[in-house]
Amino acid sequence: MDIGWYLTVSALIFTIGAAGVLTRRSPLVVLLCLELMLNAANLALIAFARMHGNAEGQVFAIIVMVVAACEVTVGLGVIVAMRRRRLPIDVDELRELQG
Amino acid sequence: MAEAVFFLAGAGAVAGAIGVVALRNPFFCVLALVSHLVSLAALFLLLQAEFVAAAQVVVYAGAVMVLYVFVVAYVGGQDEPLGPQAGSGLRLVATLFGAMLFVELCVAVLGTGLSAVDSGGADVAVAGGADAYGSADQIGELLLTKFLLAFEVASFLLLIAAVGAVVLARRRGGMTAAEDQARFSAMDVLRPAGTGTMAEAVGGRRRALAAAPASEADAQPAAAAAREPAPPAEDE
Repeated sequence: MDIGWYLTVSALIFTIGAAGVLTRRSPLVVLLCLELMLNAANLALIAFARMHGNAEGQVFAIIVMVVAACEVTVGLGVIVAMRRRRLPIDVDELRELQG
Repeated sequence: MAEAVFFLAGAGAVAGAIGVVALRNPFFCVLALVSHLVSLAALFLLLQAEFVAAAQVVVYAGAVMVLYVFVVAYVGGQDEPLGPQAGSGLRLVATLFGAMLFVELCVAVLGTGLSAVDSGGADVAVAGGADAYGSADQIGELLLTKFLLAFEVASFLLLIAAVGAVVLARRRGGMTAAEDQARFSAMDVLRPAGTGTMAEAVGGRRRALAAAPASEADAQPAAAAAREPAPPAEDE
């Protein structure tokens, strides 16, 4: 398969994730859509690594996966803390940063 | 053969992505993301990235998604209404933005001057050998030689994120007053005053004791003496 096909699939997944971040209201689903965008970037990285025949792009993708795992951990911690404080689990309601 | 697998996996990945965005129940969203990740791992395998595909399935679709499922179960996977309350103009704008972004990305990808994009990629060593492209040998060697700094920084980042998540999600004393006071625990008698609260975390044990009632502070004479470092001067 041509590398261009993989890049097209990557662009499509990235677009779907971006639209999801903009439309969904639950912070959990917003985090899931961020995962979609990161995975699309990973697919493009690995496709370009294959294009050059160079494994360094795959190392880059692994580092992206590590950063995504950290982001998920902290984001889910914030959501659990919001639940503990009886805050609404809704990004439209949480429009102010008040302590 | 490769074409058939590519189109199956690509369709699965896109369908999973649409499921994440379009399903109402967050629990089903997580399950859709799991199917998306498995399809994406198949695409990685087609690109001969064996180690990344294995890590994707084990770490991402396994561990991280379990974390998601636990948090969805804790928060309560209630159905949320799709779209904003005040009109659907925002949703329309977001969809339009997504379509424009896709067109722009396609223009960038398909109109590129890189002629290699229209090929199957460079010739690489096939899987099976010790120095095969994308094998665990090659990735591990790169991570421990050329990208050692990135590897170490990533390990520190994971440590910081783990500590941060524990700090964010732990139970704080005094945050939910009614719930905490209704429950009586044996630790309330045994533990020293002020421990396990936000005051202790911010200001140390000394300030926590200062905030505690006087009767409890008297029960800790050593700590009280430490708070006032010059008692002999007061005797004179």
